[in-house]
Amino acid sequence: MDREATKARIDALIEPFNKKGVAITDATRFTDDLEFDSLTIMDFVAAIEDEFDIIISMNQQAEIENYGQLIDAVVKLKG
Amino acid sequence: MTEAVNQPDQPEVIEGGQPDLFSKFDPLIEMRRNLLDSGVEDPFSLVMDRVLSPTTAICNGRETILLGTYNYMGMTFDPDVIEAGQKALTDFGSGTTGSRVLNGTYSGHKAVEQALCEFYAMDHAMVFSTGYQANLGIISTIAGKGDYIILDIDSHASIWDGCKMGDAEVVPFKHNDLEAMEKRLRRIPEGAGKLVILEGVYSMMGDIAPLKEMIAVAKKHGAMVLVDEAHSMGFIGPNGRGVAEDQGCLDDVDFVIGTFSKSVGTVGGFCVSNHPKFEIMRLVCRPYVFTASLPPSVVATACTSIRKLMHAADKRAHLWENSRTLHAALKAAGFHLGTETPQSAIIAVIMPDLERGAAMWEALLHEGLYVNLARPPATPANMTLLRCSLCAAHTAEQVQQIVGMFQRAGVKAGIL
Ligand SMILES: Cc1ncc(COP(=O)(O)O)c(C=O)c1O
Repeated sequence: MDREATKARIDALIEPFNKKGVAITDATRFTDDLEFDSLTIMDFVAAIEDEFDIIISMNQQAEIENYGQLIDAVVKLKG
Repeated sequence: MTEAVNQPDQPEVIEGGQPDLFSKFDPLIEMRRNLLDSGVEDPFSLVMDRVLSPTTAICNGRETILLGTYNYMGMTFDPDVIEAGQKALTDFGSGTTGSRVLNGTYSGHKAVEQALCEFYAMDHAMVFSTGYQANLGIISTIAGKGDYIILDIDSHASIWDGCKMGDAEVVPFKHNDLEAMEKRLRRIPEGAGKLVILEGVYSMMGDIAPLKEMIAVAKKHGAMVLVDEAHSMGFIGPNGRGVAEDQGCLDDVDFVIGTFSKSVGTVGGFCVSNHPKFEIMRLVCRPYVFTASLPPSVVATACTSIRKLMHAADKRAHLWENSRTLHAALKAAGFHLGTETPQSAIIAVIMPDLERGAAMWEALLHEGLYVNLARPPATPANMTLLRCSLCAAHTAEQVQQIVGMFQRAGVKAGIL
């Protein structure tokens, strides 16, 4: 799937979770920069999973630290 | 990013010393220091000087009512249980010094497994040294690389650790959310092995799972089902077999995990199953093979206790009565509770924050009441909880005393 289109959809999904209005780039980290706690991560991951009809297992999540890696992972999962 | 579920915050050096492998614990050390500096008694270093009964002890020098022991059925001082343990200690010695698959299977180990088969009316039972190891062993052995585990996000630490050890793909869903579970099951690749893991009672909030609906969905998607009934055994269900029995779906559970450390009143863990190939687990399950078996006295006490729990309908009824009474009274007093209605023998009292939670805990201890203080990150939604677990041996008078203690401590700690 097209990376730009995927990114646009994820941009919209992350907005309600970005409570502090951090300017998000590919290098933005979820725990360090956005201060997501475990519950926020679960809800955010669920929103992405539902939007794209995919599973992002905990094992896969462990490899994802920043926003760019998340977009890449979703692109890959959609094949 | 997942790691945040049970990982401490990022390391940060506090005062002096070179950073080393312990630096990652600095935030926790700091948090503990702040708490203790405020002058409260350390909630995590309580010493029971003497234990007087299943419901009373001398704690830090004070006579205390115990309301946080998981000793649900009060079996720890049962005369028959103690006698069985003493006899086994005399006849078989203090320990087995060996693995179940080498020199560590005594007649007592077979006897307690037989008692479990009868208790659950199932074909196979396998006893582990703890419930933690039962989850670790069974989960990691049956769900391996390429398999999928779908589990509730509020699962016990031993379940998470079992998932990690087995290397399966781990897919959590929102607590007790049937729809979230089904969506994930639906997305699992065709042909992959699937294990759904649920608990009967969730021990943090004391709520139960809608097992009947969830298990039906799991089965529809071809998943095997494991249910941890650690906090329901002996108490919930007509025969004390747990929440699955109570909801009439025990036949659809592939593996029940349980422990001897709660209602049974000793230590040990187990898995019961009707799977025709279950016995192979004894050879392939590493946390079963590579550790010493339980001492003869422990399996003898467990066996006696389990057999008595089969006929404990009166005690079950009294424990329900205690739970309902305390739940209603605490709610009426104005405390915020984990469940709207009493669903188990656990009542979680929600505290506004850790500081006031610790203050309330200490005020209760000074009143002569012990409860469990549960704090983040072990708790759902990072809540601070005072977890109360009732016992069938609490008298109706003790329950009333407990209510009074909560009211006074609540005022003192500024919660009410
Ligand atoms: C849900 C659950 N599973 C397993 C365990 C582990 O039991 P054990 O104390 O026998 O290791 C516990 C108890 O801590 C528990 O609450």
